[in-house]
Amino acid sequence: MSGAELLGYLRADGRKGIRNVVAVAYLVECAHHVAREIVGRFRDRPVHLIGFPGCYPNAYADRMMRRLCTHPNVGAVLLVSLGCESFNRRALEEHIRASGRPAATLVIQDSGGTRRTIARGAEWVEEWLSELDAQITVPMALSELVVGTVCGGSDGTSGITANPAMGRAFDLLIERGAACIFEETGELVGCEHHMASRAATPELGREIVACVEKAARYYATLGHGSFAVGNADGGLTTQEEKSLGAYAKSGASRIVGLLKPGDLPPAGGLYLLDVVPDGEVRFGFPNINDNAEIAELISCGAHLVFFSTGRGSVVGSAVAPVIKVCANPETYRKLEDDMDVDAGRILEGRATLDEVGREVYELALRIARGERTKSESLGHQEFILTYKTFEPAGPACLPVAA
Amino acid sequence: MGSSDPRLVLLAPEDNCVVVAQALRAGDHVTIDGAPVAIAKAIGVGHKLARRAIARGEKVLKYGAIIGTASAPIARGEHVHTHNLESDYLPTYTLESGRTFVAKQA
Repeated sequence: MSGAELLGYLRADGRKGIRNVVAVAYLVECAHHVAREIVGRFRDRPVHLIGFPGCYPNAYADRMMRRLCTHPNVGAVLLVSLGCESFNRRALEEHIRASGRPAATLVIQDSGGTRRTIARGAEWVEEWLSELDAQITVPMALSELVVGTVCGGSDGTSGITANPAMGRAFDLLIERGAACIFEETGELVGCEHHMASRAATPELGREIVACVEKAARYYATLGHGSFAVGNADGGLTTQEEKSLGAYAKSGASRIVGLLKPGDLPPAGGLYLLDVVPDGEVRFGFPNINDNAEIAELISCGAHLVFFSTGRGSVVGSAVAPVIKVCANPETYRKLEDDMDVDAGRILEGRATLDEVGREVYELALRIARGERTKSESLGHQEFILTYKTFEPAGPACLPVAA
Repeated sequence: MGSSDPRLVLLAPEDNCVVVAQALRAGDHVTIDGAPVAIAKAIGVGHKLARRAIARGEKVLKYGAIIGTASAPIARGEHVHTHNLESDYLPTYTLESGRTFVAKQA
């Protein structure tokens, strides 16, 4: 086998993209409208809006923006600045250019205001869209693919249909060399020792336990509840059982590394992403919604994201396609236009977990080859980035890097 | 799958419970590992049945992982829930002490 199951856009760092989008990035909320108006001129074309709303500098947001602007699915970047915000726009533009991508910065205060900046931005995007359209793809192996997983709008069915089915798809991808990333350490409390037993080295196992303990402390400080009465009504008996429902997304592969947002998996295999900030609790909840988590998975190089939902989330994402796996058959019937996979069939005896797992895996390959997800074709491009603080991951976190 | 009954889901081969995928009524018969068993009372979707007899003190496995300890003997096909299964985690867990949730490797 040649290993070239896919086709990708080759970037200067050697990574390959399954999409070739122009990203338009606002560098403060004050530039958001102008950036959105530029993107709005290109409906149904691969132009995506990302950005950071804060006016004060933040190392995490800076790193996230660097990673997102040089994500393999991104072919060119237009930065939109108001002019007086503290984001280091020059350094970001240089970073993007150094990655071999075309980049430009429009400063609204120096460009004649809203109307003229939108016109200039739209011109720039139009020009680069034509260039990107002409770029050719090269063979891409499954071992070059990175896939993330997240769950949102969960209900009692998520843990018995969609999550374990996505876990099986993860196992199939990992067998073929792909890198897969799961997260939500705050919802994995009670699974840390089981995760440690799956870690590639004892040192990594200890890092994983410490990472979940950090998450438990963080959420305890925020006064987060855990096991609710409604959970027991739905058939869940214990806290660890509830956590295991979310944990089932990870499949059964060995865990080869622990990442923090913006860390790239150095090889194939299964990775846990630590999404809970380091240090004292500040800036509020670790992730204020599902898209904050999706953006972090994408910052680690995820080309596409599996999203399990029971109650029925409709979101997609900027930069990377989101495959929605619907856990609840009733929800699927109500929101079929938004759902890529009907995992609730398992509850009605119309499919087995293994069959749905294979379906998710095969759909992932088709999406990677260019087929559009439901949320992509509906124009979903949700994106959010907020303040956080992280320390760099320790050497024990990535034993496979050696 | 160890269970061929479409109303039940076996999440991992080593599990000693199965998950109910379609609501069951008292008197229904289901098939677990090829053998029939009568259902004593109505059981909702998402709830668990014992795949085999589970002794008091035995660990209950779901997803191939321990979800707690049987607090009473559980018969094959019986509802597994708060009346006969307790968390190993909530009552005594502290961040400092830690506990083992890892299934014994065969």
